[in-house]
Amino acid sequence: MAVTLGIDVGSTTAKIVVLRDGKVEYERYERHFSQVRQKTLELVQGAEQFLRGEVIFPAISGSAGLGEARAAGIPFVQEVFATGEAVRRFAPQTDVVIELGGEDAKIIFFRGGMDERMNGSCAGGTGAFIDQMATLLSVTPGELDELSLGSERIYPIASRCGVFAKSDLQPLLNQGARKEDIAASIYQAVVNQTITGLAQGRRIEGNVMFLGGPLYYCRGLRERFVRTLGLKDGQALFPEYGRFAVALGAAIYAGKAQQTMTYDGLIAGLTRALQEKPAARTLAPLFRDQEEYDEFCARHARASVPSADPAVYSGDAYLGIDCGSTTTKLCLISADGRLLDSFYSSNHGEPVEIVLGQLIRLRRLCGDRIRIRSSAVTGYGEELIRAAFHLDGGLVETMAHFRAARHFNPNVEFILDIGGQDIKCFRVRKESIDSIMLNEACSSGCGSFLETFAKALGYTAEEFAKLGLFAKHPVDLGSRCTVFMNSSVKQAQKDGAGVSDISAGLSMSVVRNALYKVIRATSADELGREIVVQGGTFLNDAVLRSFEREIGREVIRPTIAGLMGAFGAALYAGTIPTEQSSLLSLDELEHFTHTSKAVTCGGCTNHCPLTVNTFRGSERLISGNKCEKGAGGVQKSGLPNLYEFKQKRLNSLKPVPGPRGTIGLPQALGMIEQAPFWYTVFTELGFAVRLSGDSSRALYAKGQYTIPSDTVCYPAKLMHGHIQTLLEQQVDAIFYPCLTYNFDEKESDNHYNCPVVAYYSELLRANDEDLQKAKFLYPYLNINNEKQLTRELFRMLQEEFGGFTPKQVRAAVRAGYEKYSEWQQEIVQRGREALDYAARNHKRVIVLAGRPYHIDPEINHGIDKLISSLGLVVVTEDSVSPLAHTPKVGVLNQWTYHSRLYRAAEFVAGHENCELVQLVSFGCGVDAITTDEVRAILEKHDRLYTQIKIDEITNLGAVKIRIRSLLEALDERRSSNG
Amino acid sequence: MDEESRVIFTKEMRKEYTILVPTMLPTHFKMIEGIFRSYGLNTVLLGNSGQPVIDCGLRYVHNDTCYPALLVIGQMINAIETGGYDPHKIALMITQTGGGCRASNYIFLLRKALRKAGYGFVPVISLNFNHLEKNPGFQLSLSMLDRMVYAVLYGDLLMLLQNQCRPYEVLPGSAEKLAGEWTARLVEQMKGRGMVQYRQVKENYRAILRDFAALPRRNEEKLRVGIVGEIFVKFSPLGNNNLEQFLLSEGCEPVVPGLLDFCLYCVYNSIADHQLYGTGALKAKVVEAAYRFLLKKQQDIIDLIEEQGVFRPMTPFEVTRNLTQGYVGIGAKMGEGWLLTAEMLELAHENVKNIVCTQPFGCLPNHIVGKGMMKQIKEKNPGVNIVAVDYDAGATKINQENRIKLMLANARQNEQAAEPAAVPEPAEKLPAAAAEQ
Repeated sequence: MAVTLGIDVGSTTAKIVVLRDGKVEYERYERHFSQVRQKTLELVQGAEQFLRGEVIFPAISGSAGLGEARAAGIPFVQEVFATGEAVRRFAPQTDVVIELGGEDAKIIFFRGGMDERMNGSCAGGTGAFIDQMATLLSVTPGELDELSLGSERIYPIASRCGVFAKSDLQPLLNQGARKEDIAASIYQAVVNQTITGLAQGRRIEGNVMFLGGPLYYCRGLRERFVRTLGLKDGQALFPEYGRFAVALGAAIYAGKAQQTMTYDGLIAGLTRALQEKPAARTLAPLFRDQEEYDEFCARHARASVPSADPAVYSGDAYLGIDCGSTTTKLCLISADGRLLDSFYSSNHGEPVEIVLGQLIRLRRLCGDRIRIRSSAVTGYGEELIRAAFHLDGGLVETMAHFRAARHFNPNVEFILDIGGQDIKCFRVRKESIDSIMLNEACSSGCGSFLETFAKALGYTAEEFAKLGLFAKHPVDLGSRCTVFMNSSVKQAQKDGAGVSDISAGLSMSVVRNALYKVIRATSADELGREIVVQGGTFLNDAVLRSFEREIGREVIRPTIAGLMGAFGAALYAGTIPTEQSSLLSLDELEHFTHTSKAVTCGGCTNHCPLTVNTFRGSERLISGNKCEKGAGGVQKSGLPNLYEFKQKRLNSLKPVPGPRGTIGLPQALGMIEQAPFWYTVFTELGFAVRLSGDSSRALYAKGQYTIPSDTVCYPAKLMHGHIQTLLEQQVDAIFYPCLTYNFDEKESDNHYNCPVVAYYSELLRANDEDLQKAKFLYPYLNINNEKQLTRELFRMLQEEFGGFTPKQVRAAVRAGYEKYSEWQQEIVQRGREALDYAARNHKRVIVLAGRPYHIDPEINHGIDKLISSLGLVVVTEDSVSPLAHTPKVGVLNQWTYHSRLYRAAEFVAGHENCELVQLVSFGCGVDAITTDEVRAILEKHDRLYTQIKIDEITNLGAVKIRIRSLLEALDERRSSNG
Repeated sequence: MDEESRVIFTKEMRKEYTILVPTMLPTHFKMIEGIFRSYGLNTVLLGNSGQPVIDCGLRYVHNDTCYPALLVIGQMINAIETGGYDPHKIALMITQTGGGCRASNYIFLLRKALRKAGYGFVPVISLNFNHLEKNPGFQLSLSMLDRMVYAVLYGDLLMLLQNQCRPYEVLPGSAEKLAGEWTARLVEQMKGRGMVQYRQVKENYRAILRDFAALPRRNEEKLRVGIVGEIFVKFSPLGNNNLEQFLLSEGCEPVVPGLLDFCLYCVYNSIADHQLYGTGALKAKVVEAAYRFLLKKQQDIIDLIEEQGVFRPMTPFEVTRNLTQGYVGIGAKMGEGWLLTAEMLELAHENVKNIVCTQPFGCLPNHIVGKGMMKQIKEKNPGVNIVAVDYDAGATKINQENRIKLMLANARQNEQAAEPAAVPEPAEKLPAAAAEQ
């Protein structure tokens, strides 16, 4: 008698199925905790009674199974294919399968040409992601599911990859949003990720089967899927064998593969695979032996703060709180700078409660003996904590860290802080902060990443770090974002690396990520000689050692590395001239109450989700708002904001009824710049011209089914929604021309558009089935040659509509050019007025430099408003670029929009009260070139450069930190320069 | 970019400098190297690869820049650092295209990286055909250009034959060895001056075809898999993690459209510019002549292959170009532009239904002409099975191979389904044990 054996080795679990005559005889499902080959062997041994003495047809499948199958001489079947085998056999009525695994997401379309897709190299939203989010909320995955069922609202959480989602989540947690709502929002993010990342232009409809662990266990996730996809009863299939589908498929495949083995042969093969030497690239061990490690520890122990016994000390004291994204830190220091008390803990998503407990403890400890003269708070939760407990001051976290580092080394040249969620680093020049770099949302795989990994493998963060110290063959895992690291780990597991080797390798990855992704250093010399490292992550000796290794230099890590923010805040508190802190008294603290409620702001079209916190029954703090509107009726700053001006101006283009029907212009990408031109041309020709309006989340959702490439920039993704909007409005034709070349402003080597702006129409037509049924005009045009353009347009109009004369077209085109030129002049004029206003009123000006389409509020997330609310005048790059000539640049200056950036930078360099902040859309390949150049132009003139990367994310907290850091750095520069 | 700041490759340098050239296509580039050498340029084709090259690239190039730039620059700087050259006696050579893609900036990024690495004094020579940067020490003469054209033609033929023989060769390595021997022979033959004798070229084609036909090969059917994509990761084993080798090990025959197609595409774009935008009427005339000339050269090879009747010839470029009608406009000319779409269609047209589309992670033109076109290519050409694979310093080989394996598994199933004998299996009830759980 023959049996077939299917083994599925996934990224986190291993499954085994034994089939006899097509019936399941045995099945098991276990986490392998990275011991892939060991676990597989155990599982097979566990099935001995069903296998011994049989002729076995075996097959292995799963993302971590390839290497093992090879080593053991067992047939391998690709896992998506295996799923297909199982579904074809057991549920042939299925139209679509969605399978979520530990780290993979897959979708299989069975109708209309079978098509199978897996998540690419940049995608999260899987089981590991859910686990990670649960850890962040301090609940088990089961509890997360339970919570999600009680949700009332869904917050937008970026669906593009896990890291982004995490940075959306953190502010929500810190703002005190309900956990129930957050839980459901996490699931919704997974659903959105599946739809945009995987379906890529194909609709998920019909009978949909859901497979894999997460979909088997999480009812909330199932519900989000069913609702979002609009599935009717009976269309959503959640089979009992959901977790085993791949193993089942492998078993079916095994029957066809026709390779037989005996039980003993199988065990011998798997044992052989287990004994294989690790083939992955390895690094040198972190420490040779205990002695070397001891020496290292002794050296770092020297960077410490003297402490004083709070039970004995009496006199003045200063309190600093660092309410970080994942952890909360407190420091109480004496008048002479000694450490009286400190506290460090994960905030479990409830920073207010944690701080409350600590303040009560401190107040009790101090009694009447220690007088808290002043207190200050820094970090993500600054506003919240300051409002809740009446602290005396607040400062931006970068400044707090700088103060603390200076305390340890007055000559510090470089500070690197790796915390739970963020990497911050800054160079110090002339005793002031010279440049600040924060990790972009894409590479924030920092401390909490290590912690999550440790937990996933069944260790605490400390145990996990210790394991790495003496690893013999640390694996080299690359230096990209978390998602990439996950798959690198997968590869290492496949190659048989052990937990200690992975631990040491991850430490190195964190370090390289910081060095090469965030700091983008090329050598240790670039960082300077005097380096202070801090942040909780550096308390991990493996990370610290890796860092010193990588830069080939010894650094200072204070023993209070994890408390530096709080310590800096305490030092800052010491500079606030108060007699008595306004901090709540013990009595007030003991009767403290806090509630939070989620609402949506109706102040403007941003519709910010707000969280209303109520403290002590009557004090309110509203958070989550992008501007001051939602924060309880505070009036707008009233300062000139050219983003707002341009946006309003664009939206003033309303259709004028005409005899020719309506033409729709998608208000996205290049059209945002050229709308006045085309609007005028078509209006003159007698069309009612309808623009699709500003983007929004809802608009994005409308088009997301038709996006074929999930790594394209967000402005391009939004284009799909604009097209859908125009189709809904039933315009007679939609126009978005293919423009290889943009307007030539005679200031650059060439005047291209980027490939995405230039040819996006081609992609739209090819992927949007509704658009294919409509009249879509996307001619290739030369807009720099009036005659040629007139000729081409005439030809197009005659073909598509008929009844035009060349003269009419010529006049319309002429009017278009005039309108465009007038439009551009007006922007420059408004820019001048804004600059004059700033000069008159002694305001700083921020040149918020990006692309024309960055004026869309869904793309810029209201960053212009945020900057404005900090008391700054905001102008656009194109309002100042005509005021400067192109500086010398080290690259080919060949794109019109990008050329403006260089001129804007040159302009800023010559104007003391102007600063440049560059907006960069994630995935913009061209900006990999421009950002370095813009920075170089500014730095040549000794000016600061600030870059903000934007995507679907709406985490304005991080943006605010950057802008505030910039402002405080400027202030400090000013005061140190006299 | 201002001209003054760059280091010029002077006539004096020509005598004693070594010119380092990055490798894209081993066969073609070896021949071009040979030609340069015979013209007194001491060129060295770089062979360094692997992690040190990638690490070097990561150190000196903006990590979000496209992967090919990172690799090419990494390869060159790594060679300077570890190749034992006197840094003051070397120059670097890199191609420059001048299109709307980021790739036009490679040469600038290379110079930037050199300055960062402390080699700002090393001259960088631009290899271009559209009057971009010039260097007195390196000028393409007509006879050199002539030889380079034939290097591309020979290279494409050798690559095509190698690909068609390697999966079936009885003696492992024999096809590669034969191609290597021919490369050396052709380089030797093209020494001297004056234009290449076309009669001789055709004789060579015939002899090459004869030699490859004589290689002992097994008579079996293998799955043919096309490779298209961004030019560097499509061709370079360094860029695509030895994709061809991987496909061979999976029992497939790789089918790779040649380098001449890319050259023809670049040439044709000048004609298209004239048609679409009314620019450069004169230039278009000249270019059109060049285009016809190259087409004829390609056709001659095709004719000879057909005459012999052993191997499958390449698709004539005009056929390839016309296949794009109804898919993508001929004006989409950044990066590989419409050619990428055309090559996928060309493969489908040749009945190579299984295609790997390679691109650097985040490649801008490929959003449109690669990933953006797959849906309709699959819809209009039933049975076409395409997988898009991203290459990047952080992407792991296992992920890439996993995706390709999925494509292959589908391919094999499609193949079986196409066989008439296959009877659909009846649907069964849920397995009992699973249902009980």
